[in-house]
Amino acid sequence: MREMIISELSQALHDIARGFAHFLPRFIVMLILAAVGWVIAYLIKVVLRSILRLVKFDKLSENAGASQLLTKAALPSATEMLSRFVFWVSWLGFILLGVSVLGILGLQEQVARFFVFLPRLFVAMFIMFFGLLAASFFSRAALLAAVNANVPSPRVLSLAVRSVIIVFVLSIVFEELGLAEETMLVAFGIGFGALMLGLAIAFGTGGRDLAQRFLEKKIVRRKDEENEDELSPL
Amino acid sequence: MAEESFLTDDFLRQLMNVGEVDILVGLPTHNNAKTVGSVVQTIQSGILHGFPRDRAVIINADGGSRDGTPELVTGISIDDMRPSFNLNSLRTLHSISTKYASSPSSSVAMRTILAAAELLRAKACVMMSPESANITPEWLSKLLRPIYNDGFDLVTPTYRRHKFEGQLITNLVYPMTRALYGLRIREAYSPEFGFSSRLGSQFLAQNVWNDGTEGAGVELRFTLAAITGKCRICQSFLGEKDSVERRGADLVPAMRQTVGALFSAMEPDFPAWSGIAGSQPAPTTGADQEVLLEPLRVNRKRLRSMFSTGVVELESVFQSILSPSTLAELQRIALLREDDFHYPAELWVKTVYEFAASYQKSVISRDHIIQALAPLFRGRAYTFLMENRNASARDVENNIEGLCLEFERLKPYLLQMWEKGK
Repeated sequence: MREMIISELSQALHDIARGFAHFLPRFIVMLILAAVGWVIAYLIKVVLRSILRLVKFDKLSENAGASQLLTKAALPSATEMLSRFVFWVSWLGFILLGVSVLGILGLQEQVARFFVFLPRLFVAMFIMFFGLLAASFFSRAALLAAVNANVPSPRVLSLAVRSVIIVFVLSIVFEELGLAEETMLVAFGIGFGALMLGLAIAFGTGGRDLAQRFLEKKIVRRKDEENEDELSPL
Repeated sequence: MAEESFLTDDFLRQLMNVGEVDILVGLPTHNNAKTVGSVVQTIQSGILHGFPRDRAVIINADGGSRDGTPELVTGISIDDMRPSFNLNSLRTLHSISTKYASSPSSSVAMRTILAAAELLRAKACVMMSPESANITPEWLSKLLRPIYNDGFDLVTPTYRRHKFEGQLITNLVYPMTRALYGLRIREAYSPEFGFSSRLGSQFLAQNVWNDGTEGAGVELRFTLAAITGKCRICQSFLGEKDSVERRGADLVPAMRQTVGALFSAMEPDFPAWSGIAGSQPAPTTGADQEVLLEPLRVNRKRLRSMFSTGVVELESVFQSILSPSTLAELQRIALLREDDFHYPAELWVKTVYEFAASYQKSVISRDHIIQALAPLFRGRAYTFLMENRNASARDVENNIEGLCLEFERLKPYLLQMWEKGK
């Protein structure tokens, strides 16, 4: 009995030692991969940061309105944010590669899924950035046009344009990421429909006087206005 | 001759039939059937009166008119004019029309006319507006003689205007052009001007046609090219300026054509203007400028309210363009009561210079920068109206001169803003 226990114990110790002997090189490989990955990710970050500064990415981001959001959230500049993001994604990639070398069941599948997800994440970020850029450009264009046409509440008009574009872009981004696709589709449908219905009701009821004034201005008072506004800028 | 490639075969054939000419009259059109007939008759009369012995051609560059404008131009014969003036031209006067595109573009029209002038080896050329209701036959001589006889390269017009007309010219384009380029040209942007074939060919070869500005304000770019090219420039008084087709509502397009063109020319012309201080008068035939004082109804309240609304609503846009001190000052005056409202010359000049520097740095879309200046210009226009409400012609001129000097005085401020953050 005693011998059996000692034998089992020594067998277990032997197994542990063998397992550890098997695991240790893999663990060292993982550590090496993580260290090498850190160096590569850091180099990528430095190079990317230089390129982004060269192409004045911060200015582009400012135009897109992304910089303002970052400032409000007390975050670093868009160039720094993107560089850091790429650094972490790259390093995480190497760490996960190292983890997969450990041969832990179940983890390998998750690592593979992460690498499949990466391109979609980048596409989503790309869509988000240019979507914000478009939203900023078109909302500013609407604001300027409304101010110069003397349209009442130009900022509301500009905000409406920005909101519609951002909602549209977000729905595309979520679809690209594959996150709650159905929920997003339904939410977008409801949100967009509600917005349009709201606008229709607002124009129908609230805009009645406006339409009347507009028609009066166009038809009845046109001659008076013509007499008053004949100043040529050139 | 490289420019002939964009001309149609039919147009080239017509030009070859004409041969060489002494005088070329360029007439860009687009749906001008109402006025173009009388303009062409006046041009023909001007040629009969002033240049009966010279070979002349009218080149009509049409931007896809649907009202028969080109047919009207080519259909009017000079023979109809001769009996009424008892004059005979010793040469044939040709009228050629070409459709350069299906939509109008002053830049393409001008390029077509310049290419035709180069091909026909015209000695003196003149551009005329198809909308001028006040055009007289003498305008042709006044714009062509200095080139034909005195060797000038560019003749820009001066006009008799109401004191409140053309405020974008008097409050921005003229003073700023003068301060930048050092030459006092009253109408640097005008649809009527005379030019030599040398200047025409020189401008044709420049890279203004594909520089991303879509040829906006090509007339102004032409004048600036003449100044930077050290060409001989003079002014000629034509008479009353017509403003039938121009309204206050056209402010933004007018700003794109003038301010946009001026701002976009500043970058390539920087070596030419950065070292200039002060300004010199340009030789002028006739009056420098005449001012009409008759009463005119103007919607001043609208100008003032659009300025205030603009300053409030466009705050986020102005934060990208203006310095904090200028923006704060604008916000202060936007709150003033109508009677106290005053947009001082110094603040206006600083505003314009900061816009020019922001345009150069493209802090936001360049077209948005131009659009954002429109409400501020309305504020300045209001102040100009109030300052000159009871002013005599001399007072108005003095006020414009004062503004010009302010633009010249603050030029170092522009250079400072220009270099900042480069």
